[in-house]
Amino acid sequence: MPRQTMFSGGGKMIRNFDARSAILSFVILFAGLFIWQITTYVPETELVGTVLSDEQQEVLLSKDMAAEDIEFYASQGIEFSQIDQIAGLGLSREMIEMAGGIQALGISAPDENSAPAPGSLFPSPGQIGTELWATITDPFYVAGTNDMGYGIQIGYSLLRVVIGYTLAAAVAIPLGFLIGMSPLFYRALDPYIQVLKPISPLAWMPIALFTIGDSELSSIFVIFICSLWPMLTNTAFGVANVRADWVNVARTHELGSVKTAFTVILPAAAPTIITGMRISIGIAWLVIVAAEMLVGGTGIGYVVWNEWNGLRLDRMIVAILLIGVMGMLLDAAFARLQRAVAYTE
Amino acid sequence: MSKPFVSVERLTQQFPDGAGGTLTVFENATFGIEKGEFVCILGHSGCGKSTIMNILAGLAEPTSGVVKMDGFEVSGPSLDRGVVFQNYSLLPWLSALKNVIFGVKARYPDWSKEKVEDHAKEYLAMVGLDGDAIHRKPAQLSGGMRQRVSIARAFANHPKLLLLDEPFGALDALTRGTIQDELVKIWGGTEQTVFMITHDIDEAIFLADRILLMTNGPHARVAESVEITLPRPRSRTTVVDHPNYYAIRNHLVHFLGERSKELAGQDTGAEDNKPETIRLGQTGPRPAPEPVLEPEPESSGPDLRAVNQ
Ligand SMILES: Nc1ncnc2c1ncn2[C@@H]1O[C@H](COP(=O)(O)OP(=O)(O)OP(=O)(O)O)[C@@H](O)[C@H]1O
Ligand SMILES: [Mg+2]
Repeated sequence: MPRQTMFSGGGKMIRNFDARSAILSFVILFAGLFIWQITTYVPETELVGTVLSDEQQEVLLSKDMAAEDIEFYASQGIEFSQIDQIAGLGLSREMIEMAGGIQALGISAPDENSAPAPGSLFPSPGQIGTELWATITDPFYVAGTNDMGYGIQIGYSLLRVVIGYTLAAAVAIPLGFLIGMSPLFYRALDPYIQVLKPISPLAWMPIALFTIGDSELSSIFVIFICSLWPMLTNTAFGVANVRADWVNVARTHELGSVKTAFTVILPAAAPTIITGMRISIGIAWLVIVAAEMLVGGTGIGYVVWNEWNGLRLDRMIVAILLIGVMGMLLDAAFARLQRAVAYTE
Repeated sequence: MSKPFVSVERLTQQFPDGAGGTLTVFENATFGIEKGEFVCILGHSGCGKSTIMNILAGLAEPTSGVVKMDGFEVSGPSLDRGVVFQNYSLLPWLSALKNVIFGVKARYPDWSKEKVEDHAKEYLAMVGLDGDAIHRKPAQLSGGMRQRVSIARAFANHPKLLLLDEPFGALDALTRGTIQDELVKIWGGTEQTVFMITHDIDEAIFLADRILLMTNGPHARVAESVEITLPRPRSRTTVVDHPNYYAIRNHLVHFLGERSKELAGQDTGAEDNKPETIRLGQTGPRPAPEPVLEPEPESSGPDLRAVNQ
């Protein structure tokens, strides 16, 4: 049947397209990782160590310094002239270390901080991969208040988002319904919404911290306030723009206002409402990271800040990746919900 | 004379005309509908037919005048008046079946779930919809199928008065004919009263017991009430052979072509501004004795008949 061929042809084309886009995605990923790896690659010989000429080595050996010690000092990046000074002391490395190291003896050597520490150079994909693997294999360990698995930290953030977001939905959706159904309320509340909506959620933080005090509740409040507006305005818009024909169907069937709200207006406005909810969850997830950076304590946002302060960029990047993945999952959940309530007129 | 089942008395509708003044769409429109009657209303675009229908449905309030049904004044919508809207107005998130169930549940809130569903399916079958089609959403149905769902929803509720606003406007001629037949069949079986708006003269003659004619707006009114003196059951192919058919048709064409304009803005002069009753051709001579030899180019009727004979 020609129809069937056409259909299977279409199916093949779609499968082809999927495969091609997947291949392209991987190519981009590998190219990105490759460039990243190259630009962050640092050959170890170049990193530390002084190269001593044979002549210099001879001089030091002639001053009774052990070949082993010469190699060690050179590997520490100490200049020849200084190694020469150390040799002049006539002490073995063990004795010098017991005396408090070469710095204590007045010889300037590159101190620990100026040598590149493991996290201060931008980490390579390999290092991040190792950290990522460690995180994935043990996400929920607790080794102290400042050292918990990222799974637990994400859990803290998620909990705050869920509480603040749910409260916002509980306020925004009924209020949006009221505003959408009553032109009077629409007009009366519109100026407040227009002024409050563009305020950055973080600008509420000082007010929250001052009035609520508790930092935990303050971040929940900030999530609440930032989730509120998209849900409120979308619900009001969706409800106000339900086609008059559908409302007339409810009216000719003598449905009361509560029944009309649930059986006609809610399903009709659902796609717009869910769109608002999807925007809100996205904003809430953006804001929780920033809020946790401010208030500290727990949460994935705090982790990012903490790892930055500890100069563990590799761990920080793992945390950032987790933030992205979690945000994607939240968005995907709402996308699915959106598809479930969508209808074509 | 006793009052008719539905009586529309001196209905006037004014709207702001957008330039600060008022637009009087129709004025003192008066007519009645008898119980079990099938009435069509014809008039030029903008004369206020849909507005009258919305007032009959209780969805809109007239500027002045009253509508009474069964002796009670109409105020607000009611399940006794079923409406088939011009654009079907199915709820797009519900399947065809669920759309009909929506109506049945509203009408019979204490029926069991099974009873409601069986009833809905029965009426969908009556308009020729069954199988998996009834589980599809309106967007996945053809225009004709949607219209049939809409009609099933209205009929399943057994309204005393069924209001139809250009129900077949968007349909092709074939589908239109099929659904018209179904409509007449259901109406004949249930003895409901039907008030229908249409732009199609042949459709009106085929379906109606009586056709109301409106003059042009603004200040439109119902000027004439033409009785369709054609016996039932009518068949699409033979109704045009009836001696009265062309007399009626010519009268309607003539009215819509010229007199609707001439009469615009005038009162009928009758008591209560009632429309003049026209009863055509019952005893008169056949207007076209040899119809096959006298085809009328502007109508499809004679062609159809010639083909069918
Ligand atoms: N809500 C409204 N506000 C202002 N004017 C209106 C309103 N509703 C209808 N009108 C006007 O009333 C007149 C009649 O409208 P209506 O829809 O009843 O016409 P109609 O006879 O059904 O026409 P059609 O055959 O084209 O459907 C039109 O001139 C229209 O502009
Ligand atoms: Mg109309």
